Amino acid sequence: MSTGAVVMLVVAIVIIWGGLAASALWLRAHPDPEDAARRQAR
Amino acid sequence: MPKAHREQWATRSGFLLAAIGSAVGLGNIWRFPYVAYESGGGAFLVPYLVALLTAGIPLLILSYTIGHRFRASPPVALRRLSRPAEAIGWWQVLISFFIAIYYAVIIAWAIRYAGFSIGQQWGAEPGPFFESTFVGITEAGDFGTYNIGVAVPLVAVWIIVLLLLGFGVRRGIEVANKIFMPLLLVLFGALVVRAVTLEGAGEGLDALFAPDWSALGDGSVWVAAYGQIFFSLSIGFGIMITYASYLRRKADLTGTALVAGFANSSFELLAGIGVFSALGFMAVQSGGEVQDVAAGGIGLAFVAFPQIISQMPAGDVFGVLFFVSLVVAGLSSLISIVQVVVGAVQDRFGVGRVPAVAVVGGATAVVSIALFPAGQGLILLDTIDHWINQYGIALASLVLVVVVAWALRSLPTLQRYTDTISSVPLRGWWVVTLGAITPVVLGYMMYDSLKAELSAPYEDYPQWFLNAAGWGVAGGVIVLSVLITAVLWKRDVGTAEDDLERERQESAAGQAAGEGDV
Repeated sequence: MSTGAVVMLVVAIVIIWGGLAASALWLRAHPDPEDAARRQAR
Repeated sequence: MPKAHREQWATRSGFLLAAIGSAVGLGNIWRFPYVAYESGGGAFLVPYLVALLTAGIPLLILSYTIGHRFRASPPVALRRLSRPAEAIGWWQVLISFFIAIYYAVIIAWAIRYAGFSIGQQWGAEPGPFFESTFVGITEAGDFGTYNIGVAVPLVAVWIIVLLLLGFGVRRGIEVANKIFMPLLLVLFGALVVRAVTLEGAGEGLDALFAPDWSALGDGSVWVAAYGQIFFSLSIGFGIMITYASYLRRKADLTGTALVAGFANSSFELLAGIGVFSALGFMAVQSGGEVQDVAAGGIGLAFVAFPQIISQMPAGDVFGVLFFVSLVVAGLSSLISIVQVVVGAVQDRFGVGRVPAVAVVGGATAVVSIALFPAGQGLILLDTIDHWINQYGIALASLVLVVVVAWALRSLPTLQRYTDTISSVPLRGWWVVTLGAITPVVLGYMMYDSLKAELSAPYEDYPQWFLNAAGWGVAGGVIVLSVLITAVLWKRDVGTAEDDLERERQESAAGQAAGEGDV
């Protein structure tokens, strides 16, 4: 693979898969009120 | 007619998996890699991400908001927004109907091909095998021979889909996606691991990711990026309005939209890596270049991949992984597409789930099973798919955003609604992207495809056939949706708040009766 292709592969992985990880973590940190209440009840 | 309590997702993750399952479909696997390769390779990432953030996710949030705020499938939800807008809802429902009837047959083909993979039963020439032996392709308009080998798996597909829908949102759709999505990830993950370890994978990945920065100056590349985001995210034909209508009243709409949008793109990227690694292997085996073997769509799945499978060691396993992945990805999408039609009839006519699935889902299945296993199935599918995408999904979305943003000027109200229950505030960017960027891009896409349509007949099919199966279908659904809306004009649906109040009262009465029994 050429350097340009490797760089773009890595950039795509970091942005897209990183975006998924970041948004999933954000969502986990902001539970819906009913889920939060359920978690507290446990 | 008394209405039942509205169904609800059991968990937020259940809704998310169903939304991702709907978005991740055949297009992620066979469309994205080729579009990216043809449109600047690695440089395509720039317009692709811009399209995701300025059209894909904003439209996803709009669909979630309409479904959640008005708590109903598209026709009722949009009528609650504005009475004439019900026609746009029916338009989306009819688009879903037409997509469902042909989408199912591709899953049926994939089921047969998973079986053919064992022993590579397509022989030395997968192309002629697919077109002549398997599909028995005929001239446009010639019904051809009815193929029982396709009809049997197609019937199985419809039985699975209708059974799951019959079990309902929580016990059917949610449970199915909780199984299908992890299964898809494992199957496709294993396929990608095998693909990247093949000889020639590097050449394939180089072809996909080497950036051609000059492509960024080409308008068609930007149109391709918006088109890919648009068609891949399952927006514009009512699925996300329908799914969001089953969310709890306090639900994080923007946070879930971001996860669903990025999850869809993440799977596309994974598919690109797997598909182009395999194509690199194929190029090396044939002593050619990746550009000679690169393909997309049905040709990639049912012609190129069988060639690859035949050439590689332990190709049987790779073939089963690939085609079962197509089946799983396709099924989770098909469920969501048929649910739009079923949910619309339930909500608009107060029909119960099981009768709606039996009658409406059953009728959809009958049309699909009657038409598509025949020799004409492939050409009919190709034509309806092209028109329903361009002049169904894309045009209906253009009309929806123009109506919501400009005619009704509802975006600020909807934004305030979403912001009060969501974790990521929309601020002004949402209104700007939906009010300006999305209509301009969709309008240009429409102009671009109309220009192509008028310059030459699509795929050189006869004009009378394109008029009937293309323009006839795309135009017919518009006329029919207006007619349905006119017929139902005076039949009121009440507001979402009316429904909630009625359900609250029924729950209270039920609890009181329960206490009395003790």
